[in-house]
Amino acid sequence: MTQPSTLQTTVQDVISALKDKPGALLPILHGIQDALGYVPSDSVPSIAQALNLSRAEVHGVISFYHYFRSTPPGQHLVQVCRAESCQAMGSETLEQHVKTSLGIDYHETSADGKFTLEPVYCLGNCACSPAITIDNDVYGRVTSAEFTNLIDELEKSL
Amino acid sequence: MSFIVYVPSDSGAVSLGANRIAAQLATEASQRNIDLTIIRNGSRGMYWLEPMVEVATPTGRVAYGPVKTNDVSSLFEANFLEAGDHSLALGVTEDIPYLKKQQRLTFARVGITNPISLEDYLAHEGYQGLKNAMTMTQADIVAAVTDSGLRGRGGAAFPTGIKWNTVLNTPAEQKYIICNADEGDSGTFSDRMIMENDPFVLIEGMTIAGLAVGATQGYIYLRVEYPHAHRALNTAIQLANEHHYLGDDILGSGQRFQLEVRLGAGAYVCGEETSLMESLEGKRGLVRFKPPLPAISGLFGKPTVVNNVISLASVPIILAKGGEFYRDYGMGRSRGTLPLQLAGNLKHTGLVEVAFGLSLRELLYDFGGGSATGKPIKAVQVGGPLGAFLPEAQFDTPLDYEAFAALWAVLGHGGVVAFDDTTNMATMAKYSMEFCAIESCGKCTPCRIGSTRGHELIDAIMQGQELDKNIPLLRSLCDTLLNGSLCALGGMTPYPVLSALNHFPEDFGVKS
Repeated sequence: MTQPSTLQTTVQDVISALKDKPGALLPILHGIQDALGYVPSDSVPSIAQALNLSRAEVHGVISFYHYFRSTPPGQHLVQVCRAESCQAMGSETLEQHVKTSLGIDYHETSADGKFTLEPVYCLGNCACSPAITIDNDVYGRVTSAEFTNLIDELEKSL
Repeated sequence: MSFIVYVPSDSGAVSLGANRIAAQLATEASQRNIDLTIIRNGSRGMYWLEPMVEVATPTGRVAYGPVKTNDVSSLFEANFLEAGDHSLALGVTEDIPYLKKQQRLTFARVGITNPISLEDYLAHEGYQGLKNAMTMTQADIVAAVTDSGLRGRGGAAFPTGIKWNTVLNTPAEQKYIICNADEGDSGTFSDRMIMENDPFVLIEGMTIAGLAVGATQGYIYLRVEYPHAHRALNTAIQLANEHHYLGDDILGSGQRFQLEVRLGAGAYVCGEETSLMESLEGKRGLVRFKPPLPAISGLFGKPTVVNNVISLASVPIILAKGGEFYRDYGMGRSRGTLPLQLAGNLKHTGLVEVAFGLSLRELLYDFGGGSATGKPIKAVQVGGPLGAFLPEAQFDTPLDYEAFAALWAVLGHGGVVAFDDTTNMATMAKYSMEFCAIESCGKCTPCRIGSTRGHELIDAIMQGQELDKNIPLLRSLCDTLLNGSLCALGGMTPYPVLSALNHFPEDFGVKS
């Protein structure tokens, strides 16, 4: 994990690189989350100051968008698509299997810190439903058995 | 002897293992001392055949699919590099009926070219539209788009030329072109396919839009769920800049157009154009009141064209071949072609670009091949999560904006999601309300509170509680959402809810 001092340096670097763009707040938040995996609450004052916004405004933006996290995710982020096309192809069964096998519900991180589970509303992979992502990889036509295999592979590498 | 094979880089194909297939083809070829070039093309959009491998032969490309990693050895043994027979052999790609029956204008290059090769784009009639546009006056470019009859493919179907004309005629020192690439509607993926598989066509369309209305800055507002598209667009933009198709001096004309991709952050409502602009300005994605129209006061208060990916990606062919060429396709006031997306419980899911006018039934059965599970199709939802559910009795409706509107349905962005007869439509209606509650921006009361009340109400109805009271209450609530919401999120959630209730009352415990 990143140490607090380097964490602040990372935040400052991202802010300095992007603050002069028009409408810089979202690019900055993306930059921080890309680097750290989340947007730490103590980065809010620095962002607010750089963009001449109130801390409330910055916090308001972070909390508005589902994608931005204020807490670090687990080592692997699993997203299951809950949208209609995936539902039509049995995503609810898959959803239950994912929750049971990871032992967590949506928006939770497993106690060992290995997995975070989030819902997602469409990955644009509707022709290959049901779809999920694990970290940066998208998987289509996922069965419960395949999900178990994917997770077993990951467990081995952890 | 050297051979060329094509393995799609499209994220859908990759989600089914295309990268592993490509790697294994390379390994096996080197073990067999075969000189093999693997080109990562786009997907042809026949997803039930993905990963689909194509081989270049003297008589055209031949296809094999769906290829699994353990098929690779047997493909080599069957001499697939010289079109050898194999159980996965599909013959000449272009002759596969699903493709052959289509009229691909916007998707002309998709699946054929290497998406991130400018050379390939130019070799396949790329940038013809821009070259023509550079010899025309701004008013003539706008007139060509107006003449084509192109209407906004994002869902609202507003005439693109009229929007451009308003921006052209609004004086300002700065104007913007925004591409709405926040394709959040479930069951839709045509924007994704264009951006991943032919990003230059979108860049060319935006550049033409910029020249037409006098905008020098463009933004592609891309949903964060599309990382493949993000990479493809950034690579293509960089190449276009290096070769002066973008930048300060486009093709030596002295005209300027800069383009940047901005990422959304998982908010469905940011697909609504005013909410999208708030987000681009770095704010919460709250919907704005209209008027003023974005064409007059849009991004940072400046005149702004906001168009969907497919609208903009259709512009190059219109400028290359003329407005009339495009207008000759289609029916009634729906001109040109619509890239439809077959999703959900269908045997042959994928991308079907055809002229308006085909019936929904032809689309579902002739292209889609019926349900994947083999059970009867109970309903289809057309036009995303805010689109109506259509029962079997309405399947003969032609794919046409007005014909759908007459049924109190929408064609929207062309997404078609099929459900078989195991689906409970009350559950689907409840999900529509739940989705609206999760994604509401919170600015207007009908959407913010109505969606949660609607979710609770359908829950009560599904438990059989006071149907005499609760069904009329649900209808009344839908009426409030429909007429009292600021934008389409609250305003259209009643479409799936009421269509489910009207066509499938028995699923709500109501005797039909």
